[in-house]
Amino acid sequence: MSRDLDLKVHHLTRVEGHGNIVVNMKDGVLEKAHLSIVEPPRFFEAMMKGRSFHEAAIITSRICGICSLGHQLTSLVATEDALGLEISEQTALLRKLLIHGATLQSNILHAYFLAAPDFLNVGSVFPLINTHKDVVLRALRMKRLANDIGDVVSGRAVHPITPVPGGFSRIPEKSELLEIKRRLLEEALPDGLETIETMKALAGAIPQFERETEYISLKHPDEYALYEGDIFSSDSGATSVHNYLDVTNEFVVNHSTSKHAKYNRSSYFVGALARWNNNHAQLGEEALAAAEAMGLKPNCYNPYMNTIAQVVEAVHCILDSVRIIDRLVEKGLKNEKPNQTPTRYGRGIAANEVPRGILFHDYTYDNKGNIIKANCIIPTGQNLANIDDDMMKLVPEIINKSKEEITLNLEMLVRAYDPCISCSVHMLEVDFIE
Amino acid sequence: MKPQVAFFDFTSCEGCQLNKLNFENDLLDILKHVDLVEFREAMDDKADHYDIAFIEGSITSPSCVERIHDIRRRSDILVALGSCAVNGGVNAMKNLHPIDDVRETVYGDDKYLFATLPAMAVSSVVKVDYEVRGCPMTQQDFLKLLIALVLGKQPPKYGSPVCVECKLKENECLYNRGMVCLGPITRGGCDAVCPSFGQFCTGCRGILDNPNIDGMLEVMTSHGISLDEAKKRMLLYNSNEVQL
Repeated sequence: MSRDLDLKVHHLTRVEGHGNIVVNMKDGVLEKAHLSIVEPPRFFEAMMKGRSFHEAAIITSRICGICSLGHQLTSLVATEDALGLEISEQTALLRKLLIHGATLQSNILHAYFLAAPDFLNVGSVFPLINTHKDVVLRALRMKRLANDIGDVVSGRAVHPITPVPGGFSRIPEKSELLEIKRRLLEEALPDGLETIETMKALAGAIPQFERETEYISLKHPDEYALYEGDIFSSDSGATSVHNYLDVTNEFVVNHSTSKHAKYNRSSYFVGALARWNNNHAQLGEEALAAAEAMGLKPNCYNPYMNTIAQVVEAVHCILDSVRIIDRLVEKGLKNEKPNQTPTRYGRGIAANEVPRGILFHDYTYDNKGNIIKANCIIPTGQNLANIDDDMMKLVPEIINKSKEEITLNLEMLVRAYDPCISCSVHMLEVDFIE
Repeated sequence: MKPQVAFFDFTSCEGCQLNKLNFENDLLDILKHVDLVEFREAMDDKADHYDIAFIEGSITSPSCVERIHDIRRRSDILVALGSCAVNGGVNAMKNLHPIDDVRETVYGDDKYLFATLPAMAVSSVVKVDYEVRGCPMTQQDFLKLLIALVLGKQPPKYGSPVCVECKLKENECLYNRGMVCLGPITRGGCDAVCPSFGQFCTGCRGILDNPNIDGMLEVMTSHGISLDEAKKRMLLYNSNEVQL
């Protein structure tokens, strides 16, 4: 059909950071459909120069409050890789527990507070306090427990304190971990099952839209990869984390202060849906049952289903946290000091799965343990090209709807990716040209 | 009538805002006493006037300057939240490097394409009525201020260093454990949270009024780090405050 459409959403709400949606159609020809990133730049890579390895993770966790734990851990692993610092099994287990806490917190925050209001025709979670009080209280309860995992293990959920190069500056008490375990089983698990029911009710309103793309995540032979593994592409298979630059291929576009990324195609997808598509077989039966109940099938090509994949992961995080605590208690918590004696100096690269997708940190240290060069590649930046490609396919498909409906569909699409825009512009500014 | 409250984010990690969404236990009670009229990270609504505007983040671009002036005009009380807003925080580290080098590190050959300002405190651009320090600000600190403002009282002020709070918690001094800590010259109010978890103080709440900088540098260098390294540590959160 022949139609003119000029649509702009300025400073999209219920996402982290500042972005605008811009769509321009003239005489039925789509000229422009993209997410403009207008967040001011941070210049972290420049700030990191000359900083000690003791400070690197403290600084990079400030790239993003929502993802602070992820940045901190990826930073620590990169530093340990560069300086040859071995870590203990206890350290690795405590870090995995922290990742579960942070993933649970972030996924629940997104599903309930940022995404769900769209399905209930309200502008935020706050009106739901009056209409759906039990649901809001459940979400708050789950978030509180997830944050308490962060408080107990890392001292503070936002900008954690205790994870340091080579280990932890404080080891949690056994009693603290057992209390977390009790609450995971008695509170979080029933709440998680209720969440599936709630999301099942909303899942029917998820827009039917599919675009098969390249899905990239970590992959590990023994577990649903979040903390370690190889980079895995649904197009071309596995490659070492050390080859990340071959995968990310960042490039500048003039509508975004964050760089875009591409690998085998013009764009790729990172985040919960990519992890689901690549690694679903490694989830436990409870998480798989949750996926089935909410209508999430293996190799799902509907980006709106990312939110559902996040809820599936929440179930996984709850149950796997219990397993990790059991293992820590069974081994006996040891008051280990962090290993901070470098055995070499040079370049180190690390990747973790953070809630929004695969995150890379890459540092080069001089022989005093100070940073010469730093590079961080952020999940949201990697998703931006994919979001634009989705919009280019989606807009013509829904062009017969009203402008309001089109706007809502596009806003929901962007929110489904749970973008973290502060993260993605940690370094770059490009003039925004309309 | 309940005060109309709004939150705005500038150049920052939005972690201070997130800490408000993390008021899981108190959120519903807080909402009984204030009207949340604008909070982009969590809601769609927008308003024209604010009784209290909370500002997170540093001012780092011409558009930030324009926006903060606009918010100030429409606000009765304006509060800076967290170190980025209070003194520039970690963002201000870029001010230590020649701006050309900063641009080149990030943009390479395209360095002259892009405009940027030094990272500034909100108070460098508009009048700030109150501040909540810290990176991140603590929920308790924020709550104390909010309660004081709702009741029309003066919020608490912190005059003593982190060291005082650390001693009250009976922590072993981190200098005795071979670490270098900024507790002696950093504003308290955090309950010495980092030293209590075995990590050195990074100075995130800002430097005390009338600090003994030379004495601090002497203590730091006598505990095994170079003068250059000691200065860098001191500037981590305070590049805009400390002249070295």
